[in-house]
Amino acid sequence: MAKKHIIGMLVEDQPRVLTRIAGMFARRGFNIDTITVGKTMRPGVSRIVLTINGDDRVMEQAEKQVNKLVDVLKVSELRQEEAVVSELCLLKVCTKNENEKAELLKYAEIYKVKIADITPASVIFQIVGEPAKIDSFIGLVGKFGIKEVSRSGVTAISRGSRSLEDKNGKTAKQEGVNELV
Amino acid sequence: MKGTDALIETMLKHGTKVTFGYPGGSVIPLFDAFLEYEGRIKNLLVRHEQGAAHAADAFGRVLGRPGVCIATSGPGASNLVTGIMTAYMDSSPLIAMGGQVKVSLIGNDAFQETDMMGITLPITKHSFQPRSPDEIAPVLMKAYKLASEGRPGPVYIDLPSDVQSGNVTKAIPKEVRIESFRPNVRPHPNQIKRAAELIINAERPLFLIGGGVISANASRELKELVHLVQAPVATTLMGKGAFDEYDPLSIGVAGMHGRKIANYAVINCDLMIVIGCRLIDRVTGSLRTFAENCRVIQIDIDPAEIGKNVKPDLPIVGDAKLAISDLTKAIRGMAKKGKNTEWEKRISELRELCFCNLDRDCVPVSPIRVVGELMKALKESDIVCTGVGQHQMFCAHFMRVRHPRTFISSGGAGTMGFGLPAAMGAKVARPDAEVFDVDGDGSFQMTIQELGTCAAEGIKINPVIMSNHYLGMVRQWLEIYFNKRYSQVSLGKNPDFVKIAEAYGLRGANVTRPGEIAGALKEQIKSRETFVVNIELDPESNILPMLPPAGNIKDAFGGCMKAPGRFF
Repeated sequence: MAKKHIIGMLVEDQPRVLTRIAGMFARRGFNIDTITVGKTMRPGVSRIVLTINGDDRVMEQAEKQVNKLVDVLKVSELRQEEAVVSELCLLKVCTKNENEKAELLKYAEIYKVKIADITPASVIFQIVGEPAKIDSFIGLVGKFGIKEVSRSGVTAISRGSRSLEDKNGKTAKQEGVNELV
Repeated sequence: MKGTDALIETMLKHGTKVTFGYPGGSVIPLFDAFLEYEGRIKNLLVRHEQGAAHAADAFGRVLGRPGVCIATSGPGASNLVTGIMTAYMDSSPLIAMGGQVKVSLIGNDAFQETDMMGITLPITKHSFQPRSPDEIAPVLMKAYKLASEGRPGPVYIDLPSDVQSGNVTKAIPKEVRIESFRPNVRPHPNQIKRAAELIINAERPLFLIGGGVISANASRELKELVHLVQAPVATTLMGKGAFDEYDPLSIGVAGMHGRKIANYAVINCDLMIVIGCRLIDRVTGSLRTFAENCRVIQIDIDPAEIGKNVKPDLPIVGDAKLAISDLTKAIRGMAKKGKNTEWEKRISELRELCFCNLDRDCVPVSPIRVVGELMKALKESDIVCTGVGQHQMFCAHFMRVRHPRTFISSGGAGTMGFGLPAAMGAKVARPDAEVFDVDGDGSFQMTIQELGTCAAEGIKINPVIMSNHYLGMVRQWLEIYFNKRYSQVSLGKNPDFVKIAEAYGLRGANVTRPGEIAGALKEQIKSRETFVVNIELDPESNILPMLPPAGNIKDAFGGCMKAPGRFF
């Protein structure tokens, strides 16, 4: 049964790392829905979080194939229940009159959404939170006429005190594969 | 010290004394440096960069350590691509170096500039582009490590010309570490124990052996385990030679053109012990029916291969040599259940039926007769390289190979034109052996120019061309599946290959009758230089048995004269 999977990985900050990873996913027929990359506390090491759609078998192969890449230091699936998942969305809405704008701003207040920019004809919102919250807000203000949407894609961190960067934590290389089915 | 010196010193440190390469503007610095190292390292000048890649690939397959090929930037490097891809598909250790334009010109569409890093991304284990002379040695050291350790594979290195000729300021490091590359070689002891239990209690066990056992140099350990367990051994094309095919427990190659007895065992076993084999579609047929009636133990050094095609009942990640010897120890320590006499008897009965007489007397010559004569002429340490097509499958099916690294064939990629340069590379790797290139008339013409390399560099190989004037394998498919609608499969009247050999200053002979083959092969072996034997074959012979593509193995048809009809 296909569902959304979030994969977090630590990679060496070398040229073409992103291309290698994206290329590997494309070659194997895994569709990347979102991807974000940024620095970590370790110099020369970046963190990539991406989401794919697929069943558990697809997910297992994706994780193993990514692990083979020499630039990839560590891979882990971040399950939604066990991770904090967050996304940023910039949303531009153009209203036709003052009434509409007032209603729009009221929704923003209810959702506790920040206003990043405002002009007589447009408002730009910055929504930060779980993807479902962003989807919900977009759905709500859609009737006013959404001019432009820019979503950053999901980033995620596991709950609790473990970390992808733990040196002695198990990686996908070690766990899972040697288990008896 | 210049970048090129660091490069050559590092190659020497890793035991590389010969490279296969072709010059051009961007690699002038490198080949200039070769002149300073005369007597210590030599480049064999090929006639096409594809030849260099295949030769270096075969060199690596025969010796078990990386071969090196060198090309200039642009079209030189892009000519390596087919060879790199061939090595990738068969997990062969290869280091491919391509020149590149100056660092400042990269990205500018300069003359003979190509994004080889981009092009080779999906067909290499990894690739590097050193941007300063100091990076060259560590990059090359990492390349050797990556190409040979864990699951072997090709590594590409892009060498900008000013990085080659620039000055090195730092000392060459004693060793390099690759943080994320730690192949898990030690199999888990619990998994081994479970596997041993399954094997001991199996009534109809079967070993399915792939190329991984050869890469791991585990033939001796495998023989010990097999003789302890007394189970039959089938191999894939890439695994041919891992187990002595004259051993009574050997049942030959399984798969699409595999031996009937091997496919019979695959269908009827109750436990399949898969070692170093990625279970490609050519071996399994339809995945829906493969191994449907048996349990599967899968041992592989690459965790991504385990469960990729077939979900094993017992997965074991580890080096084949270690896993096999651990299994042997574990099984020795357990009480044996008792012999599987019924299975052993059945297999050995069917195995007898499966061995046909290769001495076909028909005219035009039968490819089976050619293989038979070859077998008589070969010593067991000699090497056979093949092209791709029917002739390759006739060799895989009918030849009996005794030692690993003596049957060199393009399996995963199926690259026509592999045979001739591969034979070159194999001969350079093992000058003491007679090296044969069993080729098709189609495949041979794809890299025929390497006859020039053989002549100029004094590399003596034995090309045996099975000429049927068709692209035989495709023709066979058109006959069976497209009602003989032959499209683009006829080669027509071939050139006289013997005259071509003579034009290169070599010699050869044409053979049209089965009785002439032995004599021609004898003359070929006696000759001090490359001697081409061209054998005119029955134009429309088919290689059977054959599995219908993506079909159930049970539906294999054809073949086996002594046991006609449905075998299963």
